[in-house]
Amino acid sequence: MKKHLLAATLITATLASPVYAANYIIDNKGAHASINFKANHMGFSVLAGRFNTFDGTFSYDENNITASKITVNIDTSSVDSNHAERDKHVRSDDFLDVNKFSTAKFVSTKVEDKANGKLAITGNFTMHGITKSLVIDAVKVGEGKDPWGGYRLGFSGTATVGMGDFGFKNDFGTVELDLYIEGIRK
Amino acid sequence: MWKNTKLKYGLVTKVLHWISALTVFSLFVAGYWMVDLTYYSQWYKTAPHWHKSIGILLFIATLLRLIWRFYNVSPANIASHSKNVKLASKLVHIGIYLLLIVLMTSGYLISTADNRAIEVFGWFEVGSLGELFDKQADISGFVHQYVAYSLIALSVLHAIAAIKHHIIDKDETLKRMIK
Repeated sequence: MKKHLLAATLITATLASPVYAANYIIDNKGAHASINFKANHMGFSVLAGRFNTFDGTFSYDENNITASKITVNIDTSSVDSNHAERDKHVRSDDFLDVNKFSTAKFVSTKVEDKANGKLAITGNFTMHGITKSLVIDAVKVGEGKDPWGGYRLGFSGTATVGMGDFGFKNDFGTVELDLYIEGIRK
Repeated sequence: MWKNTKLKYGLVTKVLHWISALTVFSLFVAGYWMVDLTYYSQWYKTAPHWHKSIGILLFIATLLRLIWRFYNVSPANIASHSKNVKLASKLVHIGIYLLLIVLMTSGYLISTADNRAIEVFGWFEVGSLGELFDKQADISGFVHQYVAYSLIALSVLHAIAAIKHHIIDKDETLKRMIK
């Protein structure tokens, strides 16, 4: 009787989720992912840069999108705006203070399905020792088998961060994040 | 008159010494002040540009100064100085030269860590050697800051010693660098 019950439970569980939520690791080794930022330069133009070092994982289930999760860790000292003097300044305690706050982190708390591959990913973003809620507007780019035996899934996303919200000594308004994330299924 | 003799410093040595002293002190004050300028200050770009330009010129002057020093006699030690004073002054002089070289090298390495050249007053450029080691700008910046403090400390000691020789010991130490 007990055996039957167990078997029935297993079958029900299997039927309820015919496609399991797959786990993915962000492909930073092959650099098929990037974390970019854009800041306004005094109203004249846009200054662009990126963080070169980060890692992360996500889970995604086409049939249960709201159960998706993502975590990303960013090495703040890897900030790169193609100017050594500026990057040194951005790493200093005027901005990121990387000696004290070496990592920035995003951990999703809620994923909404906006249909047609669009997602709104809400999560806690920690930077400079301060945690704020952040919403990433994401779009699924594509998924499938790669030619080398792996399975890949990719998203692009945008988010807006107010420098003032994270307690930087220097505040140049809002910074736009442009994210391109490609994961390899574990 | 131009060259050093066994008795006194020549004009070239004296001029280079006092120009260096003035320049090092000015660059220190400028450096200390400019790192805290706000982005919207009109000096935000100009002050570092001048600091770097003058730093490069000081480097050239220091090389010439060292060459001049090695191809010239140095005045003999002042007879009334004790053995310890002779040793201490020798060490301080070597220390100041070493700190100067490390200071200027580290400054160069901050600004050239991304292959950018240093522009000297729009007259000429000093090229980059590329990123020679990891975290070059940050490590060089740290060295530049603390070596600058050390150089100023040592220079103040050097100046106090010269004044002490002049006022208390009433010897030729300071006079022969001026007259």
